[in-house]
Amino acid sequence: MLAKRIIPCLDIKDGLTVKGTNFVNLRQAGDPIELGKAYSEQGADELVYLDITASHEGRKTFTELVTKIAKEINIPFTVGGGINELADVERLLNAGADKVSINSAALRNPSLIDEIAKHFGSQVCVVAIDAKCIDDNIHTNGDPNIDGTWKCFMNGGRIETERGLFEWAKEVNDRGAGEVLFTSMNHDGVKQGFANAALRRLSDSLTIPVIASGGAGTMQHFHDTFVDGHSDAALAASVFHFGEIPIPQLKQYLNNKGISIRL
Amino acid sequence: MKVAIVKYNAGNIRSVVNAIERLGYEPVLTDDPEELRSADKVIFPGQGEASTTMAYLREHGLDKVIMSLKQPVLGICIGMQLLCRHSEEYDTECLGIFDVDVKRFIASSHEYKVPQMGWNNICDYKSQLYKNFTKPEYVYFVHSFYVPLCEHTIATTDYIQPYSSSLHKDNFYATQFHPEKSGSVGERILRNFLEL
Repeated sequence: MLAKRIIPCLDIKDGLTVKGTNFVNLRQAGDPIELGKAYSEQGADELVYLDITASHEGRKTFTELVTKIAKEINIPFTVGGGINELADVERLLNAGADKVSINSAALRNPSLIDEIAKHFGSQVCVVAIDAKCIDDNIHTNGDPNIDGTWKCFMNGGRIETERGLFEWAKEVNDRGAGEVLFTSMNHDGVKQGFANAALRRLSDSLTIPVIASGGAGTMQHFHDTFVDGHSDAALAASVFHFGEIPIPQLKQYLNNKGISIRL
Repeated sequence: MKVAIVKYNAGNIRSVVNAIERLGYEPVLTDDPEELRSADKVIFPGQGEASTTMAYLREHGLDKVIMSLKQPVLGICIGMQLLCRHSEEYDTECLGIFDVDVKRFIASSHEYKVPQMGWNNICDYKSQLYKNFTKPEYVYFVHSFYVPLCEHTIATTDYIQPYSSSLHKDNFYATQFHPEKSGSVGERILRNFLEL
């Protein structure tokens, strides 16, 4: 059976990881390659490297980093941040990334999705969607019948758009994206679990895999997003970086609960 | 030992170069017929779409070069599908090394997304490519088309239905999954191939 995936996300600034300095046994704290290798050895199924540098110089550093990651890491990795056009995608894929994640650029120019799919194949195109539930449904989490009104946001959650989550996700699917990475802004950082009601509606209505993001606080939250949210993969950052949830224990826990997982 | 990797218009080829380098070899990435013919091992990798990759191979005469190879050849992902007879992806005639046709996955519920993307089990090993493999192992897949079970099947995976995750005929070996992205299990498979 296809395994549910566990994906640590690493934020990169000027070639170094921003979080993750508490991670065990690293020779150099903040080294994205060391951290990625450590996660890989612990059983992470994929990695996401997100470039949060804004400058042009920083972007060049990030591309050089991607080249090094590709040489060292033997599991798939996705890169995102600052991708605005096809040339950015080509540069990062040539450097050795397996997939690219686009967010604001897709909202501004949806045909970028079609272009990436046509030039490089759907499998490389992850569309990240940041959305916020604008009515108070956070307490109905888990009830698939109540999913509220969700609006998509751009520029790291700073700009609200007119797009609704579900119609945008459907369009992304139909334009040829390979995966949707959905972050609930209501759940992100709160550590009370993933937005499973919305995730379930997404997963059941799309033909491509859905990655859950935002809200991981306990091992049970991962279980719940796979079972209740029908998520195909779950992404988290701080619970892994600060060692709150060690990946080997998480995967053993999920396996014991009957979730299909790669041990 | 000389390891050649076929250079053509498919994606993901750099990953295979990196993986072979991690095993301590120095592969050459080439579309030169003589370099390919003189290599000890040839890898035919890639991600992509069947009709455009097949058209490129024909245009550059690489179809005939690949079919004429006598040393061990390993097709990966689209490389495996192109070694089959025909693909349902844009109704494409392929190289016909393996006497089997490539079919499209039909998703039946939310549990079965297409493409299949992620880690799934391989089992039922029938080749030296899986030397010292004794139990099902997880490897990384990304594909929307599949090869049904057939006489050339040397490993099986279950997604929607059981299908061929690996093939072997004469000097041609192939994997639907990406050994170069499959962690230590993938490295064991690549090493087995290089030691054939």
